[in-house]
Amino acid sequence: MRVHKSIIFLASAVTVSFLAMLFENRLNPYYYQIAIYVGINIILASSLNLINGFAGQFSLGHAGFMAVGAYTSAVITTELQIAGNSILYAPIFALALLSGGVVAAIFGLIVGIPSLRLKGDYLAITTLGFGEIIRVIVQNLDFLGGARGFTGIPKISNFFWVFSITAVLIFLIRNLINSTYGKAFLAVRDDEIAAEAVGISSTRVKVIAFVTGAFFAGMAGALYANFVTYINPAQFSFLKSFEIVVMVIIGGMGSILGVILSAILLTILPEALRSVAQYRMVIYSLLLIVIMITRPRGLFVLPRFGKHKILSKSGM
Amino acid sequence: MSELLQQIVNGISLGSIYALIALGYTMIYGILRFINFAHGDVFMVGAFIGYYSAPRIIALMGGNLLMAAPAVLLITMLGCSVLGVAIEKFAYRSLRSRPKLTVLITAIGVSFFLEYGGQLVFGPDPKLFPQLIPSGSIINTEHVVIGTNSIVVIVTALALMMLLRFIVFNTKMGTAMRAVSFDHRVASLMGINIDTIISFTFILGSSLAAAAALLFASVYPSINPLMGIFPGLKAFVAAVLGGIGNLTGAALGGLIIGITETFVSGYISSSFRDAIAFSILILILLFKPSGILGHHEREKV
Amino acid sequence: MKKFLGILSASTVLVMFISCGGNHSQNEILIGEFGSLTGTTATFGQSTHHGLELAVDETNIAGGVLGKKIVLIVEDDQSKPEEAATAVTKLITRDKVKAVIGEVASSRSLAAAPICQQLGIPMVSPASTNPEVTKKGDYIFRVCYIDPFQGEILARFLYNSLGLRKAATLKDVKNDYSVGLAHYFKETFEGLGGTVVAEQAYSEGDSDFKAQLTALKAAEPEAIFVPGYYIEAALVVKQARELNMTMPMLGGDGWDSSKLLEVGGLSLNNTYYSTHYSTDDTSWAVQNFVAKYRSRFNEMPDAMAALGYDAGLILFDAIRRAGSTDGPAIRDALGATENFSGVTGRITIDKERNAHKSLVIISVVDGKLKYKETIQP
Repeated sequence: MRVHKSIIFLASAVTVSFLAMLFENRLNPYYYQIAIYVGINIILASSLNLINGFAGQFSLGHAGFMAVGAYTSAVITTELQIAGNSILYAPIFALALLSGGVVAAIFGLIVGIPSLRLKGDYLAITTLGFGEIIRVIVQNLDFLGGARGFTGIPKISNFFWVFSITAVLIFLIRNLINSTYGKAFLAVRDDEIAAEAVGISSTRVKVIAFVTGAFFAGMAGALYANFVTYINPAQFSFLKSFEIVVMVIIGGMGSILGVILSAILLTILPEALRSVAQYRMVIYSLLLIVIMITRPRGLFVLPRFGKHKILSKSGM
Repeated sequence: MSELLQQIVNGISLGSIYALIALGYTMIYGILRFINFAHGDVFMVGAFIGYYSAPRIIALMGGNLLMAAPAVLLITMLGCSVLGVAIEKFAYRSLRSRPKLTVLITAIGVSFFLEYGGQLVFGPDPKLFPQLIPSGSIINTEHVVIGTNSIVVIVTALALMMLLRFIVFNTKMGTAMRAVSFDHRVASLMGINIDTIISFTFILGSSLAAAAALLFASVYPSINPLMGIFPGLKAFVAAVLGGIGNLTGAALGGLIIGITETFVSGYISSSFRDAIAFSILILILLFKPSGILGHHEREKV
Repeated sequence: MKKFLGILSASTVLVMFISCGGNHSQNEILIGEFGSLTGTTATFGQSTHHGLELAVDETNIAGGVLGKKIVLIVEDDQSKPEEAATAVTKLITRDKVKAVIGEVASSRSLAAAPICQQLGIPMVSPASTNPEVTKKGDYIFRVCYIDPFQGEILARFLYNSLGLRKAATLKDVKNDYSVGLAHYFKETFEGLGGTVVAEQAYSEGDSDFKAQLTALKAAEPEAIFVPGYYIEAALVVKQARELNMTMPMLGGDGWDSSKLLEVGGLSLNNTYYSTHYSTDDTSWAVQNFVAKYRSRFNEMPDAMAALGYDAGLILFDAIRRAGSTDGPAIRDALGATENFSGVTGRITIDKERNAHKSLVIISVVDGKLKYKETIQP
């Protein structure tokens, strides 16, 4: 019965996205842009939530996966020169998005495997290191524009793509968490040694988390690249990873709805506070410190779709 | 050949600075078992304290750099120590019993707070650091130039490291520090006041970062509020490389990273500069996570 | 309860955000400006802004344009290309400006130009010299010369005026301007018979160049070309002198900033760079501008300030000639700009929407800027 309900939810979400796309042009371009960013950030935050919140692997390199997906899609769509009005655009863009996701997933594998042996602080720094290495590699590839960036990417992301992929991701996460795999995730997060002791392969869980999280981060990157039409490596630095991490933490690591709300809030807030933009990061960091000290479980801690608790008593 | 020599000198100079910062990381990790992400930013604040105080002190001393420089150093060390202790007290202390990840995230928060707060307070644009070390060179041949800068950096770093060694191994506080890093529960049972020791560790670490900042800014005189990010991360890698918790290791790690970075920049390409430190980190964590001079810690069930 | 709070806060922010937006009267013409007011090339944005402000105030005091006042809406791009794109989008879609002035750095202009082109709003760059900028579309203009010209002149200067044959380059891989200029320089220099004996690179924001300089030194160049921006350039020269590299060093207009001498000091002796005008120019136009600028802002106007001033005046002149604030009309009028008397010289906009102008070479002597020569196109 539950599975049935969520498939209906998915189908309706995709339909709504399609309808929304049809009315895009009537919306002020500035608000339209914000809405697209909201969708992309939900994908980024939720995919990171899978790695950090559900599997308990603290990753600070998420922007690296986003970068990989962004550049992959940029290269494919620019090479194939598709415009938004040609008939072939839908399958080609779908191909570009999937490729972005797949290539990012491969990097997710590359990052995930060494991370298996690391914990806590070391894992965090290593993932940060990987994120930076990816950035530096891109910076040195001249055919990707190097440090100067990649221009001329076709602007073909729109409501349909962004929000249907968002819907698919949420659907996936929900079902994953409610399945046996999901319980395995949480077990590994809460106490890895105990989980191993009952026969759960923590390796498998961690790798699946990284690969899936990276896949969707890659798609988010692709959607982003095909919206902003210009990307450069500096946009995918540790700062970007941190912004995504903040969304997950404020939303509550492991809380699906919390992270979604937090992503929405943290996308709109900076734009609304544009006049005081220089205070933004200061406020973020203070917010983070205060939350960590007072409510480490997140601002929007809510009952999620499922029976189990978000965070167990024994750990994060 | 002369190019090689010059690059080595450049590398040792840079490496000594990394070593000073790395010592701070390693000490704090040894005691508290966590990476103080904000350490690089304490370094940055040190540079700005130096920037604002140096002109006044130099004027006070009538332009005598030999007297002014140590005074600036002391003031900067004092300032950074206060900052370090404050951060520990207000941000980290209440989280001591919490999972490591919470403190890590808090440290990241403090780091960003210092960086962007710095942009607000000091202004985001780069500033020119006043001259503390007289210009000129000690060795000035056709092939190799060793500037007064480099010599002062290396000598100061060495002196401070020896001072640190003395404090840690030959004083009561130092012994207490080592006891706490070994097992803090037993140490407190023996009557050691953990809070005091932790604050003392932060004072030492922050003072070294302050010195590193003045040296760094003297060699690379353009300072800005985000200048601590990369030196901080690289110094952290240096600490891990040498064996986290091990003082000699941190110094060694700093030198290795400094020299490697310089060589890669000069002989291959400078765009890989930042990636070098991280690549070394990943390699070390994969093959010898305890570092060059460290020992493996087993996780008890 | 918590769910409700979450949704409430999100919607409050949303409402707050939708309801804010400026209201401007009918008697004003809104012009957008985007530049690097902060960041690694902050003086570019600040100087341009001052020059533009001066132009706007002068124009408004004289009665405005088409009977209306010019209102300048400014956005800071923090020296980052992605912020430039966002800034321009906001200026055009939210603030509804009729034209945009910006940017100095070619990378930022390149990020913003496609957006202006797509939305049909004319963009006038005061100082971006990379040729790609105006190729983005027919709404994109510039009031300065382009890098193929700049690189060529610098190469000729080195070869002919300084009589040197072996050069090395140290470029900034992070920006299009530097990479492009290094390329054009090398092309001409080698075409004349010189040799580029070594090439190294750095990234904008770096502070240590000793490794690269040591490598360059080993190749024994007679001069080093550093086509980057002023802070890194000053540090490069400083560190080069510390390594006993006394040869002449050259740069492009990216060196033009008051911070250059501040950071580099006396180590900048025996360096030369190309730019758009010199305050030593005795012509009435320049001296008048310098006087006005100094009395208002208490500092000497650098090339970016002069270009900002000229860009503003050319835009306003075009609007007058167009007789309307319509995008296409302004665009056509800009394209027809001929022999405009600017502070930075006589400006004619050609078919490629670039300006035909002369170039000025500045040398540094005794820690001070000194005019060296002017080269006509």
